[in-house]
Amino acid sequence: MSSIKYEIRKNAYYDSVTLMIISKEIKKIGGVEEALVGMGTDLNKELAENLGITNTEIKDLTPNDFFVTALADDSVEIETISAEVERLLSAKKSSSDSDYMPPTLESAINHDPDSNIVVISVAGEYAAAEARKALNNDLHVMLFSDNVTADQEKELKELACQKGLLMMGPDCGTAIINNVPLAFANVIKKGHIGIVGASGTGTQEVSVIVDKLGEGVSQVIGTGGRDLKSEIGGLMMLQGIEALKNDPQTKVIVLVSKPPAAEVAEKVLKAIENSPKPVVVDFIGGDRELIEKYGAHACLSLEDAARKAVALLRGKEAKDFEGFDLSDAEIEKLVDGEVAKFAQGQKYLRGFYTGGTLTDEAMKLLSKDLDIYSNIPLSSEYQLEDVKVSKEHTCIDFGDDEFTRGKPHPMIDPVTRVERLTKEEDDEVAVVLMDFVLGYGSHEDPVGEMLPAIKAAKDRMAAKGKYLSVVGSICGTENDPQDLGESQRRLEEAGVIVMPSNAQAVRLTGRILNKIK
Amino acid sequence: MLAEKIAQANKEAVERLQNAQPTVVGIGTAGENLPGMTKKTVLHAGPPVTWEKMSGPLRGAVIGGLIYEGLASNEEEAIKLAASGEITFDPCHHRDAVGPMAGVVTYSMPVWIVQNKTFGNYAYCTFNEGLGKVLRFGAYGEEVITRLKWIENTLAPVIKATLELAGEIDLKTMIAQVLQMGDEGHNRNKAGTSLLIRELAPYVVKTNFSDDIKADVLSFMHSNDHFFLNLTMPAAKCALEPMKGIKYSTLVYTMARNGTEFGIRVAGLGDRWFTAPAELINGLYFPGYSEKDANPDIGDSAITETSGIGGFAMAAAMPIVQFVGGTPQDAMNYSKSMYEITEAENNAYKIPVLDFRGSATGIDIQKVIETGIRPIINTGIAHKDPGVGQVGAGLVNPPMKCFEDALEAFVEQLEAAGEL
Amino acid sequence: MSKINELFNKEVKVINIGLESFYNDLKKQKVSVTHVNWRPAAGGNKKLASLLSRLK
Repeated sequence: MSSIKYEIRKNAYYDSVTLMIISKEIKKIGGVEEALVGMGTDLNKELAENLGITNTEIKDLTPNDFFVTALADDSVEIETISAEVERLLSAKKSSSDSDYMPPTLESAINHDPDSNIVVISVAGEYAAAEARKALNNDLHVMLFSDNVTADQEKELKELACQKGLLMMGPDCGTAIINNVPLAFANVIKKGHIGIVGASGTGTQEVSVIVDKLGEGVSQVIGTGGRDLKSEIGGLMMLQGIEALKNDPQTKVIVLVSKPPAAEVAEKVLKAIENSPKPVVVDFIGGDRELIEKYGAHACLSLEDAARKAVALLRGKEAKDFEGFDLSDAEIEKLVDGEVAKFAQGQKYLRGFYTGGTLTDEAMKLLSKDLDIYSNIPLSSEYQLEDVKVSKEHTCIDFGDDEFTRGKPHPMIDPVTRVERLTKEEDDEVAVVLMDFVLGYGSHEDPVGEMLPAIKAAKDRMAAKGKYLSVVGSICGTENDPQDLGESQRRLEEAGVIVMPSNAQAVRLTGRILNKIK
Repeated sequence: MLAEKIAQANKEAVERLQNAQPTVVGIGTAGENLPGMTKKTVLHAGPPVTWEKMSGPLRGAVIGGLIYEGLASNEEEAIKLAASGEITFDPCHHRDAVGPMAGVVTYSMPVWIVQNKTFGNYAYCTFNEGLGKVLRFGAYGEEVITRLKWIENTLAPVIKATLELAGEIDLKTMIAQVLQMGDEGHNRNKAGTSLLIRELAPYVVKTNFSDDIKADVLSFMHSNDHFFLNLTMPAAKCALEPMKGIKYSTLVYTMARNGTEFGIRVAGLGDRWFTAPAELINGLYFPGYSEKDANPDIGDSAITETSGIGGFAMAAAMPIVQFVGGTPQDAMNYSKSMYEITEAENNAYKIPVLDFRGSATGIDIQKVIETGIRPIINTGIAHKDPGVGQVGAGLVNPPMKCFEDALEAFVEQLEAAGEL
Repeated sequence: MSKINELFNKEVKVINIGLESFYNDLKKQKVSVTHVNWRPAAGGNKKLASLLSRLK
């Protein structure tokens, strides 16, 4: 049975719009068929009549009186309705994070004229135009977008050089300016090591290890992946070097890139030739002699670059690091432990990476001993025919184009790597090698995303009487938004061997595979 | 250089708008004051529309208008007459007038006479009848006709006499004040209505009518929060009209809807209308009503937004934004985003919460298309059936097609003149 | 002093055009950032974009 419940408050005022919203909410109370909450205006009284929820008292109200009336089930008390009305009247919408978002760069500049960096990640087709607009407005640029042509890149960088501005990119994923991580970057302690990097995850790995060793960064300048190719000629790396040379906070300079075109390498090295500040150069597998000829310190790995920079900052000798943090004995034990569990015939590597430079480093460190197939192989004869199908030793960069068409980058969402690990059925696989990249821009829990697939893969192999060894490293710091400690703990709990750097993870993997032979 | 000519023309156009001085100068009638009115002329809101294409509320209002004029004695006769071809239908806008909702104006109806003192041009608007079962929502029953007669025979003469004593009323100043009192001049007019009554009351009292009549007049105004809307609209209209015909200007001087189509007019394109189907309003409904009851957007009241108030001053009337489940921050963001599509900031209409920044004024079709941001309009929602009345209120935009067509026409016009 | 070195002495104030996640990350770190609600000119409509450019 339904009946009319009502309440009158004389000489109370509430805004008509507020009351309309509350009427809507009251109707949602279970057992309420119709409701009206309003001031006693003629209109509202007429509405109440039309809805069949009026009475003489309501009809006598004046516009200065407030009333609540509802047609509801007998079980619904007016007190319930009244309490809800009261609650809604006094509830405030939490102050929204609805900041004003201008529709164009120009209007953003008008809105915030003190802005100094523009981070651009729109489609390549439009990205160059936005970058140009930014430079023309005397703003520094970080251009995350790729699909910008080399011609456009050159034009933008020349314009930037002319104006003395940063033009980081295109295809620049990592920068840390004034200790602010931009795009994909980790939270690194503030310090005195300045980095100019053409490789996103390469830069991240170096910065993370610097942090682990107790030092920090002054500035991390990205140049974009194509900067050191001959078409561009290292324009931004040169700008970055100049800026770090002149930066009083920077005491050691580190350069990170895949091997540049020969004449570009010369240009870059010449720029740091007589630098009063020590310079560490990691051309990831690049020409050591050439680097040392110009008085810089060459590197064997990204980790080595970080360690050398830290040593030089501390006034110590920059020694090559090719080993492990763990003692030889501990490493021996680890290796033997893994090898003992393999079944006959298990011998192959699967390197499944989200960071391109880390993939490249892995392959370079292992290439002496292993022929590795890849979607980004060291030489074309090892190009995988079908990148979705592994062959013998295989290393995959899941951030490469074929895997990111219509899908987010694996650092944002590792779903393509999860799928691959889940589908990989090859019984001859011995070791799976992975990276877990934390920091801003990355997924909120890269480890958590992979764990089920890792466990399932290990279980699958175990069911066949085999053993899948999983080795990895976490590129992250304690101050990153993801929990570094928990990430490590969960991986170890799942049986993953977590090494302190990509280089060490790769090295350990190499030892394991060697021992199988 | 063409770009400069356009920039110069827009600057001039918005200056004309900014220099306007809309002023109430008296009371007249549609027949006497509006150009070319005949007993069989029925004006309506929005761009031109035929009887066949009219939506519910407008059809109802036409029926009511014909009955009011004595041209028909009931609905059946009125419909027959309306469809006969004997009635001249025309937009209010073509006759220096504007009308809210259905906006029907007929020969005998009294009108406010508002003059733009700077340029001398006039704009006219009927008296706002109130809420619920009124002509402008398409009602045409006995009480509607009776009220219209009362307006003609009692309200209008009293106000006319009052104004003769009170003198002219500066609407620009009054509107500037109400924007700082929580009104925005389109969907919220409580402060304006209050100020108007305050202005007129001492003189109403001094006129030679009976106490009862004076009391009725004052009560009538007092009972209708939107009484002032019928002044903000002609104020905007007469301020904008001098923009018409400024060569090379891409600024909008009319936005209006007839319940079927939305139409805009652009300064540099003369009196050409650019129309597209009117949209449904995104809003809150009174208890008992929902989207399925709503008529598409209707009324000349978007002239307020065209002049920089209404939705463009939403931040001056925060509660409006609750109509779309928004927050005060949303109201501010809407107002702020209008600056992206306008030429200037208003020199008189300031918004306190935006640090007294002048409201966004002078809509540029180029900027609308470039940014994709359409003007925001705060409006009431009419029931789609004639005579039911208002069923809610909310936010709506003009269709982008209007601006696109206008831009194309603008370029074509330049091409035809060999200027492009 | 070059503009880059000048930047090193200022507070970073970012304008973000594109991925809203970059904007959100910066907000989380209380970095001054404006997000541009970017759309290609004329919503990507090439015909309209070309009409607009003819008037410029």
